[in-house]
Amino acid sequence: MSRDYQTQTPIAARVVEFIQESDAIFTLRLQLEDAAERARYQFMPGQFNMLYLFGVGEVPISIVSDPLDDDIIDHTVRVVGRVTRGLAQLKKGDRLGLRGPFGHGWPLALARDKDLLIVTGGLGCAPVVSAINYALKRPEHYRKLSIVQGVKHANDLIWQHRYDDWREREGVEVLLAADEAGPAWPFHVGRITELLDHVTTAYDNCVVMICGPEGLMQRAAELLLEKGVPPYSIYLSMERNMQCAVGHCGHCQLGADFICKDGPVFVYPDIRERLLQEGV
Amino acid sequence: MERQAPRFLARQNFPLLLEQLVEHGYRLHGPQVRDGAIVYDTFHSVDQLPRGVQDQQQVGSYRLITSSNKRLFHWANGPQALKPLLQPAREVLWQAKRDANGALAFMVPESSIAKVAVIGVKACDMAALALQDQHFLQGEYEDPGYRARREGLFLVAVDCSYAADTCFCASTGDGPSAQTGFDLVLTELETGYLIAAGSDKGLSILPHLPLLDAQPQDLDIAQQQHADVVAMQSRALQPIPIGGLDRQRGHPQWQDIADRCLGCGNCTMVCPTCFCHHQKDELAIKGDESQHVREWDSCFGESHGELTGFQVRKTIKHRYQQWMIHKLDSWQEQYGRSGCTGCGRCMSWCPADIDFVKEANVLGGGSE
Amino acid sequence: MATKPTVAIHKFSSCDGCQLALLNMGEALVDLTGRVDIKHFAEAGVLDESAHVDIAFVEGSIVTKLDTQRIQQIRKNARYLITMGACATSGGIQALKNLAKHPASWPADIYPQPEFIDSLDRSEPIKAHVKVDFELWGCPINSRQISAAIGAMLEGVMPRDDREKLCIECKRQGHVCTLITQGEPCMGPVTRTGCGALCPEFGRACYGCYGESELPKNAVLARRFLGLGLLTDQVERRFQLIHPEPERTLGLGHGGQDD
Repeated sequence: MSRDYQTQTPIAARVVEFIQESDAIFTLRLQLEDAAERARYQFMPGQFNMLYLFGVGEVPISIVSDPLDDDIIDHTVRVVGRVTRGLAQLKKGDRLGLRGPFGHGWPLALARDKDLLIVTGGLGCAPVVSAINYALKRPEHYRKLSIVQGVKHANDLIWQHRYDDWREREGVEVLLAADEAGPAWPFHVGRITELLDHVTTAYDNCVVMICGPEGLMQRAAELLLEKGVPPYSIYLSMERNMQCAVGHCGHCQLGADFICKDGPVFVYPDIRERLLQEGV
Repeated sequence: MERQAPRFLARQNFPLLLEQLVEHGYRLHGPQVRDGAIVYDTFHSVDQLPRGVQDQQQVGSYRLITSSNKRLFHWANGPQALKPLLQPAREVLWQAKRDANGALAFMVPESSIAKVAVIGVKACDMAALALQDQHFLQGEYEDPGYRARREGLFLVAVDCSYAADTCFCASTGDGPSAQTGFDLVLTELETGYLIAAGSDKGLSILPHLPLLDAQPQDLDIAQQQHADVVAMQSRALQPIPIGGLDRQRGHPQWQDIADRCLGCGNCTMVCPTCFCHHQKDELAIKGDESQHVREWDSCFGESHGELTGFQVRKTIKHRYQQWMIHKLDSWQEQYGRSGCTGCGRCMSWCPADIDFVKEANVLGGGSE
Repeated sequence: MATKPTVAIHKFSSCDGCQLALLNMGEALVDLTGRVDIKHFAEAGVLDESAHVDIAFVEGSIVTKLDTQRIQQIRKNARYLITMGACATSGGIQALKNLAKHPASWPADIYPQPEFIDSLDRSEPIKAHVKVDFELWGCPINSRQISAAIGAMLEGVMPRDDREKLCIECKRQGHVCTLITQGEPCMGPVTRTGCGALCPEFGRACYGCYGESELPKNAVLARRFLGLGLLTDQVERRFQLIHPEPERTLGLGHGGQDD
């Protein structure tokens, strides 16, 4: 079978665990049913799969597990539409379809021996979780890992225990901010970009990976440029309607780029003018 | 293969070409008159071709007239040509089956290569085919269904001897004579056809036909015919540099167009290079199988720019920008040339009478 | 085996044509009854109007005081309420009376003994009275819509709401445009998809029975119809035929039709 057969028709996967992360966010831990497919399947952090809910349709979902995890492919999903609402009802043992992986992931090789700064905003931050996990498993590859996460409201922060755990690691710093928070919130109250003044990343020798709403990504990237981060060291993960995932259906076009195959991760100068551009 | 030197096929012998193609295992597909337009479909006899028919096209209007002219191809085009054949408007990509235990299986419909000979492909549509080939076959991923359909095609192009009011292929460099990509190419004259091969497949047909040497005066007439059709084209799309439209998103003309545009998507549906399609599921009521279908989509439709509850292109202005900027500007980055081959369909079949060329020229900074 | 989801089909002021979309499913109706338990469907002879159900399909518009009470009860008894067709969804052809300047005087103009007529001044869609979870547009709707709606809900998701313009489906089907080739006043450019471009398939112009599409540019199309030679009044009738809407603006220079 050609690569195209593989990528354009799903293969069956089974839910081995369903983790409810918050009201609207859950993680599907999937295993491909066919042993040969399991052996063949490989991905890199930042890539995504098309998950197919029987009879309903497909939706692109970032892979959050580690490429070296045996057999289990994790997807963290936020309930936003028809398909994700349906996926949210799956239970352990249920089946779905999977095709992928698609797209270009994070430049983790490029970041080797440098500081790694991860900036995420909004709910989920799924596309960068895989990069965080990847770096944590390979601490010898990176000088320092800084994670900056902002949420609108303190209650939106999922995985607080994970952040606590990450913070304990050597060479890892975690900075959290919430636009709004009650008195019990021990972290920064305010914009995520304000945290960038406090990060200890060596701005002249780092790779930055940003994920979140376009406005946030733009503000963060521009601020980092001001602080001396070279433009080609800043990477963003973009999102648009994706249906085929192989650059054919035309929905995910962003200017001349097809996000599904040319992205979803882009280097900042390549899409700088597209961020927040109306109607693009 | 470049266009070879032509030979001559007398008019009364034209049916022999069709017979030869059938003999070689091809199903004939070509232009016919249906519901007031020239429509490509399966045919069996030369009598089904649009003899003496001519299309009078204007922005927002298409009418056929007939005359005693014996020519079969003395018209510009109809609403579609090759696109529905290669990129069907609706296609089952795969089928999912669910058994009583919830196990899923996925099946792809057999895609056998059907041998189809398309008779009378115009230059604009040959150029559009080359663009669709680039999109579906020459990128990172290949479309297997498109590949199978493409493999089976035998293309008989025909040079245009007439241009409708909406034609502007001369300005895009794609016509009125076919340049490449065909198996055979015809130039229709009063007495018969100049015929030349453009591929080995085409070459293999020629020895089976009673061909004569092309006379110098016939070649002269053909050349004159080409020049006349170029001269007939009253519209010209001015060249647009890369980024030339993209940088014009703030131009007030977009809103002016949006005020007149219905947002109906007809321009995109008749465009021979538009490739957008969506995918959806059609679940059998028994709940045991679901067809995963892909269908033509339009950037004028609401679902095209829909992103998890957020609409990227809320207004008709933004959708018109997506259509025109992609077609004339982004295509150049994506495929090395503009996505427009000058067929004029987007104007003829526009119920809102929008003149794409005029608007593009205004926005591109040129003259109307 | 778990109990099957339950369904009821209710009728208000309407022609019953949408219920036929269910009856016309043929063999598929048998498949359907294998998956859901139909508790109430008068036209098929199943009667239990007050049954509590998972999905209530409602045909017809609200035109009497009794209707306004019945629909409240139906809503209370149903987890999901789905309207079927023009009447239930927009008020239907009978909502033409909503365009009248003096609707209260209509019965007296028509009937010799208007005191026997017990109807509201307006024909109203179901959503004017209760929360509607999903709308099936069309006059009448077809079996594909019903089948897709129930199928999706059995998978635990809402049906796909497609408000695309009919032209797109018409072009997919390969029909030749009646407006462009014949100058017919086709409503396709402002009409919601779903019928499968039935009229254009037979060379007839769409008359808008599936209601308005998203972003309907009514005034632009109305202007085009004038250009085709229709009179102002003809243009208005074209737009107001199946889904009359007093607020619909066509920009033709004066208000609604009447008198």
